[in-house]
Amino acid sequence: MEKKDLICIGCPLGCMLSVEMNDGQVVKVEGNTCPKGDQYAKKECTNPTRIVTSSVMVDGGTIAMVSVKTESDIPKEKIAACMKELKGIKVSAPVHIGDVIIKGIADTDVNIIATKEVALK
Amino acid sequence: MKYDIVIVGGGPAGLAAATSAKENGIDRILILERDHELGGILNQCIHNGFGLHTFKEELTGPEYAERFIEKIKALNIEYKLNTMVLDISKDKKVTALNKEDGLFEIEAGSIILAMGCRERSRGALNIPGYRPAGVYSAGTAQRFVNIEGYMPGKEVVILGSGDIGLIMARRMTLEGAKVKVVAELMPYSGGLKRNIVQCLDDFGIPLKLSHTVTKIHGKERVTGVTLAQVDENRKPIEGTEEYYSCDTLLLSVGLIPENELTNNLDVKMVPVTSGPEVNESLETSMEGVFACGNVLHVHDLVDYVTEEAVAAGKNAAKYIHGEYKKGTYIELVGCDGVRYTVPKYINPDNMEDVVTVRFRVGDVYKDSYVSVSFDEKEVIHRKKRVLAPGEMEDVKLKKEDILAQSDLKKITIRIKED
Amino acid sequence: MYDVMIIGAGVIGSSVARELSRFQLKTCVLEREVDVCEGTSKANSGIVHSGFDAKPNSLKAKLNVKGSKMMEQLSKDLDFPYRKNGSIVLCFHEEDMDKLEALCEQGKKNGVDGIRIVKGEEMKQLEPNISDEVVGLLYAPTGGIVCPFNLTIAMAENANVNGVEFKFDCEVEHIEKIEEGYKLKTSQGDYETKVIVNAAGVYGDVFNNMVSKRKLSITPRKGEYCLLDKKVGTFVNKTVFQLPTKLGKGVLITPTVHGNLLIGPNANDIDDKENVETTSEGITDIIEKAKLSSGKVPANQVITSFAGLRAHEAGDDFVIGEAVDAKGFFNAVGIESPGLSSAPAIGVMMAQLVEEYLLPPKKKHFIATRKGMVDLAHASKEEIAELVKKRPEYGTVVCRCEMVTEGEIIDAIQRPLGAKTMDGVKRRTRAGMGRCQAGFCTPKTMEILARELHLSPFDITKSGKDATLLVGYDKEDL
Repeated sequence: MEKKDLICIGCPLGCMLSVEMNDGQVVKVEGNTCPKGDQYAKKECTNPTRIVTSSVMVDGGTIAMVSVKTESDIPKEKIAACMKELKGIKVSAPVHIGDVIIKGIADTDVNIIATKEVALK
Repeated sequence: MKYDIVIVGGGPAGLAAATSAKENGIDRILILERDHELGGILNQCIHNGFGLHTFKEELTGPEYAERFIEKIKALNIEYKLNTMVLDISKDKKVTALNKEDGLFEIEAGSIILAMGCRERSRGALNIPGYRPAGVYSAGTAQRFVNIEGYMPGKEVVILGSGDIGLIMARRMTLEGAKVKVVAELMPYSGGLKRNIVQCLDDFGIPLKLSHTVTKIHGKERVTGVTLAQVDENRKPIEGTEEYYSCDTLLLSVGLIPENELTNNLDVKMVPVTSGPEVNESLETSMEGVFACGNVLHVHDLVDYVTEEAVAAGKNAAKYIHGEYKKGTYIELVGCDGVRYTVPKYINPDNMEDVVTVRFRVGDVYKDSYVSVSFDEKEVIHRKKRVLAPGEMEDVKLKKEDILAQSDLKKITIRIKED
Repeated sequence: MYDVMIIGAGVIGSSVARELSRFQLKTCVLEREVDVCEGTSKANSGIVHSGFDAKPNSLKAKLNVKGSKMMEQLSKDLDFPYRKNGSIVLCFHEEDMDKLEALCEQGKKNGVDGIRIVKGEEMKQLEPNISDEVVGLLYAPTGGIVCPFNLTIAMAENANVNGVEFKFDCEVEHIEKIEEGYKLKTSQGDYETKVIVNAAGVYGDVFNNMVSKRKLSITPRKGEYCLLDKKVGTFVNKTVFQLPTKLGKGVLITPTVHGNLLIGPNANDIDDKENVETTSEGITDIIEKAKLSSGKVPANQVITSFAGLRAHEAGDDFVIGEAVDAKGFFNAVGIESPGLSSAPAIGVMMAQLVEEYLLPPKKKHFIATRKGMVDLAHASKEEIAELVKKRPEYGTVVCRCEMVTEGEIIDAIQRPLGAKTMDGVKRRTRAGMGRCQAGFCTPKTMEILARELHLSPFDITKSGKDATLLVGYDKEDL
């Protein structure tokens, strides 16, 4: 039996979680105040993931950059590849929240989507 | 120009206050915003983590702002951008300046202060050394990186572990900079725990608690900083100095409510928060002038700002509708670890069924109790695993309980060990 | 070939340049930095001393009293802020009162008007916040305050409008005697001139010693300051000095013309002519000393601290005049306090010396006045309304702390000898000088500078050379 202490990043509460592992599998999670904590602990100990956010350039818009994010969380080890793929990306205005900027970032099936409205200049 | 409610600031507080006032039956509302778009600081907070309370989903700053901007537009609430409010007079005349209208004056029935806050600067810390380029507040760097697409530096040291500092440690790292260390003067971080995990630990960025910058090196551009450990009086300990070469020093050393306009109004201020004193309706000591969001006291979460601003908007509407009652006030006092309370006074005649009292503690407490007393009688005794200065706390007080206690004068909130 | 080359565009170089611009001369100012007022002139107390401090008959005494008397008219001619707020010197011990009396006598000898000793209740009437420990004070009603940047910029601009050339980023490396005068080797090439005016601040000795066997020696004397928030700008009304004692010269507390409160300086002789770093000991020291004058000094309202170097010459007086063994080489060296107060008089004195040497005719159309910057923060509502009609950019506030608009920043860039850097904009408009210390306006000011000067944002600097603000685009290094 292996024990791990984690801080849940599911919400700003930051619950302190104690996780019991057996054979690479999470067998027990304690300290969470909601189901998210349980989920997070299991994921974090087996396949940790994160949402990645950044900004990319916009052509012809009222502002120079549009903020973007991964539509859902991606494996932690893909973060660097994700950022590299965003390098040099330029989109044309108008941009709407939810517009897909890149399909399937870093060999995942997660899209990069816009998180801000950018009107035409 | 005449409006029922003028809202100073089009950030999260101003937007929520405006929609709430409109939904409570006020038509003539004007928001004055100094930037070229609504949304305030949310526009540069492109990271996720907003809205879990308000929308039950995790949004980025711009997405959170857009939800309200859409609402403002749908409700046909008027706003002026690129407009700076220069003065608010005691008879509620608002003087503002912009390119199109020049200098103009608005007569307001009620005013909601929602100017937000600003970052503490290097000067306030008196960090010795040269005065080179490359020393930025974390927020300025955030604007450069997230909104303008420019990197302010490549090798970064961050002083202060407030949330903006932590968030910028991750943002700078993701965008290609090397963040060498985050130094925090206090023995605990001022930021949210989850930000330490996902902004520092994820990237192997060390957090040095009880450390500060004792010297800035470089005459033209920063070439390095000296870090030293501090003792319990926060004074650097000789012999612990360590040199870090870097081209950038980011400061995330606290936020200060931006109350320049409020100060001119001569309303009562609370030294601990640097914000105005307010009652249960979030009304300042000047009748009909309300305050909400970070101009009132600095919040950790935009969701709480929204909640507070919705209340302020509703109360301002009540004020305009003449539903406001004059009555006797019960004083709220924070002591034994509770640094302040918002509100400071409660008039039960004007309060909703439940009023949220927000406060911060002055130190880290483990397995302690939040205790609320009505005069001498303890009415709440709630266990908390951890209380920390970086995290805002609240207690909810019920109107029926307050009314049940006859001749109540004082409500005391304190931290107890048992 | 130039008639006159002035080394240094500080307050002295600029004052000399303006006075020389009254004559038909080909004059050029060489400055190693990218703007005027970048050395000693930029970091000092901003006091126009009434003139009681210097030894009678010294150049310091004469030029101080004369310069101080010129300052008010000059502030009107060149439109820079100046206020005659009066100075007081505090004495804390009865046994030191004779020293205060002596200082008063010295002031009278130097020709300081209205100077007198004050005791008893009148002391607190003059300055309510001073310490109860004060036993007597010296009151000099003619003491004043001025903005060192505005004074220097005003004189330099006016000189430029009257035909004086300014070369910035131009460091003088060597001076050589030639038949008709001197040859200067600089970082921008060689120049020849009949006359050199050496107004090089802490480097004054270096240039003198290149041409003269009569060596000068300047010790940089560092002084540290704290600038406090405008909230406490009226903590004192007068400039409050302390009577020098065995323990040292003491520090001053003064309002600034812009409404801040300034405390400092200490005085430490150092070797490095470039060392303007502040130290924690120094800052603690001046705050502690200021508390002697008033225990209530609001030290928690500091918005920035800085250090400057005074050019202290071994002879302890200004060195002004032609070097005895180098014809046509004129020194204005060792200009430490009261140098700022003396600057207008030093300009006049130096111009006379050059006039006697070159015998140039006077210009027929010397422009004696200058209109200063538009200042919306101090304009009436009607004036603001008018200004925005004329130039809509006066309606866009860029710096909220000091209320500086885009229009004013554009003005600062477009003026003669206009701003090229963030510091240049700051000194001309005060954008970034307030309590948030440029946290808010930096990106916007940069954008305006880049646009108006047709530069990339990467070329915008804080103070020239390598003081760049940005290092590249996002993701560039990925």
